[in-house]
Amino acid sequence: MARKVTSRRVWVSTAAAWLFGFLIFLPILWMVLTSFKTELEAFSMPPKFLLFHWTTENYATVQERSDYFHHALNSIIVAGGSTLIAMLIAIPAAWSMAFAPTKRTKDVLLWMLSTKMMPSVGVLVPIYLIFRDFGMLDTRAGLVMILGLGNLPIVIWMLFTYFKEVPKDILEAARMDGATIGRELIYVLTPMAVPGLASTLLLNFILAWNEAFWTLNLSTLDAAPLTVFIASYSSPEGLFWAKLSAASTLAIAPIIVLGWFTQRQLVRGLTFGAVK
Amino acid sequence: MATQQTQFLGRALLTPAVALLFIWMIVPLAMTIYFSTLHYSLLDSENWSFVGLENFRYFLTDPAFLTSLQNTLVLVGSVLAITILFGTPLALLLDQPVIGRSIVRLMVIAPFFVMPTVSALVWKNLLMHPVSGLFAWIATSFGMTPIDWFNDAPLLAVILIVAWQWLPFATLILLTALQSQDEEQKEAAEMDGASALSTFIYLTLPHLARPITVVILIETIFLLTVFAEIFVTTGGGPGLATTNIAFLIYSQALIQYDVGNASAGGLVAVVIANIVAFFLVRIVGRNLEA
Repeated sequence: MARKVTSRRVWVSTAAAWLFGFLIFLPILWMVLTSFKTELEAFSMPPKFLLFHWTTENYATVQERSDYFHHALNSIIVAGGSTLIAMLIAIPAAWSMAFAPTKRTKDVLLWMLSTKMMPSVGVLVPIYLIFRDFGMLDTRAGLVMILGLGNLPIVIWMLFTYFKEVPKDILEAARMDGATIGRELIYVLTPMAVPGLASTLLLNFILAWNEAFWTLNLSTLDAAPLTVFIASYSSPEGLFWAKLSAASTLAIAPIIVLGWFTQRQLVRGLTFGAVK
Repeated sequence: MATQQTQFLGRALLTPAVALLFIWMIVPLAMTIYFSTLHYSLLDSENWSFVGLENFRYFLTDPAFLTSLQNTLVLVGSVLAITILFGTPLALLLDQPVIGRSIVRLMVIAPFFVMPTVSALVWKNLLMHPVSGLFAWIATSFGMTPIDWFNDAPLLAVILIVAWQWLPFATLILLTALQSQDEEQKEAAEMDGASALSTFIYLTLPHLARPITVVILIETIFLLTVFAEIFVTTGGGPGLATTNIAFLIYSQALIQYDVGNASAGGLVAVVIANIVAFFLVRIVGRNLEA
């Protein structure tokens, strides 16, 4: 029997939910609106909400003055590269722990989790010095490596929880029918694991795209992704709110869209399967 | 069951990941421990000497350490309180029948996907600017004096920015947990004449206890090392007002170039994080059995 829901209650909760949702979203909305104003109107008091001179010139200026695409490309290479490397190392490991577990598998998993708990700042000095001595400061390869390793525990964990859900009977049936391990992997496991692989890929791309400790400390210009590029707007010389807003909107738009697709996996990935 | 062949294969496939993570964990940590016993400055890197535990004595008795430890605790505690106290009712609200719920949910989750440097700068300039910010306009419309956030309440300003980024996380996890709650149990309670309040206290809250613990532990791990938000808004200032442990270590390492002292601080941060991690790993581990 479904619980009775009075229409009045629906209207009250709808109004409240929309109000709070709007308030939480307001900073992002305000940033997008500001990106379409002139610098003068971005400052104007009282603020103009919709009735201002809409312009797209900020978006053009951001590219002309600061080579936005260079930094966007760095973000794509660093986030994409580090995610792919982590996946290549993690898929065999997660497969092994999910389908050929030993007595120590649980300990290994928890140990991997604990490496993610290490605060980055605790190893800032040695990593910085290693990067300096090997000429890896401000290189994309350096960032790809460090972010790939940093996210590896999360990738392994997510893949492990997805692989765990593949029913063992199906794999055994395939084996009984004489499938080799290679065939079993390609024809049986992979099709069932594709959704899990995709969401792991997506979530880690997002995490790497937004990473702002190593990128700020290990890159300045050549390899600087968008996190570092946006940070350069914090310098006090002259305020460019409309341009800051335009650059920021471009930097977060693709990720918010991707993020909206992965909300469910987000919970699983960030709680290490503790909440599903 | 696993045959010998698959067991061998399993080990072979696991080795690269374990080896890489082991190196990634051990080598920098060992270097940090080694550096922490040296008097070593990057400005004068020829002259270094072994000083034993001197750096730890210096770091732990430095007044800046106590200030930044206090700031770290206030930051972590406040953000946790805000995200749980607002996240729980928000999750309960989104669990109700709401028209257009999926759109509301998207709006609520969005801040989590905004990169830290963007949210910090948008809040600092567009919202919290004492003259032209949105908050200043709201304050003056109600006849109040606008707050000069980053001069008068800099730590609170940082707390609000970070809380805005993490509120979606808490809400989303609690909402996910609520949706897995046993509906029949709730219906049975209602049939037996339980009030909405007692259903909430005796059924929903106990159900939320575990996800709330998970939220607290995971947020703590990330919040202990908040960095970018401070880096782009205040640079740790004014004075030490917004310097947390992570920022203190960063400034000793890459502004003052004091490798020995920064390494000692880094180890202190590792120890603090490990205390939290210990509890989280236990909770996750218990879940693995199930």
